[in-house]
Amino acid sequence: MYLFRLALASLANRRFTAFLTAFAIALSVCLLLAVERVRTEARASFASTISGTDLIVGARSGSVNLLLYSVFRIGNATNNIRWDSYEHYAKDPRVKWAIPISLGDSHRGYRVMGTTGDYFEHYQYGRRQHLELSQGRAFATDPFEVVLGAEVAEALHYTLGDKLVLAHGVAAISLVKHDDKPFTVVGVLKRTGTPVDRTLHISLGGMEAIHIDWHNGVPARGAGRISAEQARTMDLQPTAITAFMLGLNSKIATFSLQREINEYRSEPLLAILPGVALQELWSLMGTAEQALFVVSLFVVLTGLIGMLTAILTSLNERRREMAILRSVGARPWHIAGLLVLEALALAGVGIVAGLGLLYAGIALAQGYVQANYGLFLPLALPSAHEWTLLAIILGAALLMGSVPAWRAYRQSLADGLSIHL
Amino acid sequence: MGQPLIQLQDLVFAWPGQAPLLDVPAFQLDAGEAVFLKGPSGSGKTTLLGLLGGVTVPERGHIRLLGQDVAGLGQGARDRFRVDHTGYIFQQFNLLPFLSVRENVELPCRFSASRKTRAEQRHGSVAQAAQTLLAHLGLDDSALQARRADSLSIGQQQRVAAARALIGQPELVIADEPTSALDADTREAFISLLFAECRAAGASLLFVSHDQSLAPLFDRHLSLAELNRAAKPREV
Repeated sequence: MYLFRLALASLANRRFTAFLTAFAIALSVCLLLAVERVRTEARASFASTISGTDLIVGARSGSVNLLLYSVFRIGNATNNIRWDSYEHYAKDPRVKWAIPISLGDSHRGYRVMGTTGDYFEHYQYGRRQHLELSQGRAFATDPFEVVLGAEVAEALHYTLGDKLVLAHGVAAISLVKHDDKPFTVVGVLKRTGTPVDRTLHISLGGMEAIHIDWHNGVPARGAGRISAEQARTMDLQPTAITAFMLGLNSKIATFSLQREINEYRSEPLLAILPGVALQELWSLMGTAEQALFVVSLFVVLTGLIGMLTAILTSLNERRREMAILRSVGARPWHIAGLLVLEALALAGVGIVAGLGLLYAGIALAQGYVQANYGLFLPLALPSAHEWTLLAIILGAALLMGSVPAWRAYRQSLADGLSIHL
Repeated sequence: MGQPLIQLQDLVFAWPGQAPLLDVPAFQLDAGEAVFLKGPSGSGKTTLLGLLGGVTVPERGHIRLLGQDVAGLGQGARDRFRVDHTGYIFQQFNLLPFLSVRENVELPCRFSASRKTRAEQRHGSVAQAAQTLLAHLGLDDSALQARRADSLSIGQQQRVAAARALIGQPELVIADEPTSALDADTREAFISLLFAECRAAGASLLFVSHDQSLAPLFDRHLSLAELNRAAKPREV
């Protein structure tokens, strides 16, 4: 115990170097834990981009592809599916709710999704959170109403009542616009941190209406054109959609229903479990995440080597201190112990300060990160995994501390009581 | 009193692969004695002190401290024996700069249980012992005792070192050029204080210095060059 006090007093005597050393360790520990936490949360948040949905059904293609276009609004569907296929499964007694979605149009680079009111009621993300409106209401019976995702509204400065024109296709710059049928903003959703924020939501009727006078991918000309007013009076029942999401009454039915859909005779369909597909997708991105972890491990190692260097450099100028301690009865192992304790104290302070930095950082950035990246970083105590990492760091510091300890041990045996000035 | 405290007999020491540095046929220091040993640099003085402190062991011969053959003890036992029975004062920079004056004085009691016990028996507590010794050496001010050791003047630091050497009543105090950094006036004052305290504590004093002018102050003075047969040819 007295040795520890001596080690601290000696460190305090070299407080500037000690401070820098501990600070380097603190930064590296903070980085490691931050990467670890963001990694864990990113994985969790990625996995919760969509929740509560048991099956996603689309035209037969790959499961990752279906997930990408239906949930992440990346890429395109290879094919549409028929409305009656949707109806067939929407009416199935095992199905609690069904949300049809229709994609293919965009507005200034943001995807437009046609759906029904059920989307706002049943779609869930994160920890089973429902979509909420920050302004206005969901679209109603009029087909030319649009509900904006939070990011769309913010980036393009739209507010309730604004009119906007959708473009055909999903390219950022589209030459063909549905400018004869403008939409009115009736609602803006709250931020979710998911692709919902980057989506414009219209009704399936609206989607149908803007394409009602299109034939073979081009708009009708002259007399064939149908105005917005005319469209309102027409039957806007779609005949095809891009995909649909299903919520089931009982999870147990998930696999049997999935198999049924995949073997559906009248149309080739693909049903996927969002969780499984998300895992598949994550495993593709896992390499980058692991590289980040490895890099932060090396940063910690660098911090510890900095400590080793600082202690080793101090050894020579502290030979007198060692000789004095020897003359008052300290044995060589006391001297060695002193240096090990010094390394432990530096690493310990570094770890505690690193945790402090981490929590301060999380407290400061929590709101911003959640709002902009949809990542919720909890101000929680370190997890078992994080404690293990910290223990390993301390163990490494102990190992590193034994290098100067061994040198000082040899040195104090050789120097004895002679004081080198 | 009068019994031998240090006894050297046919002591030979050489660093590996070198000619003998020390060859001392006989040397004795009695309990309660204050001996001046003249040792110019290069006379093997540091080596002799290392041998007396049990840091190094002789090639041949015996070193007895309090009748105990030090060379026969193991490394750990020698270390313990040294701190239990010997107090050291060095040339300068004797103190750990980052500890307070009082903590510096208390240091030997942290590493030697027997010196701690003796300090407690005599003064009640280690802190009290340190305070009393410092007061005797003219460092009465308790604010000064709480200051960092390196904030004191050299002369004050040497007195702190003397207090540290004497705490817990070791039988022997070895002083290695303790006055070389002091000016002439403080030098004699320091030595007489050291004498008085050694006498009060019943400790013998082995005072090693190259400064012959101090020799008359001691009970006995001798020269390492005379003691050490190995040193003679080199002085010619």
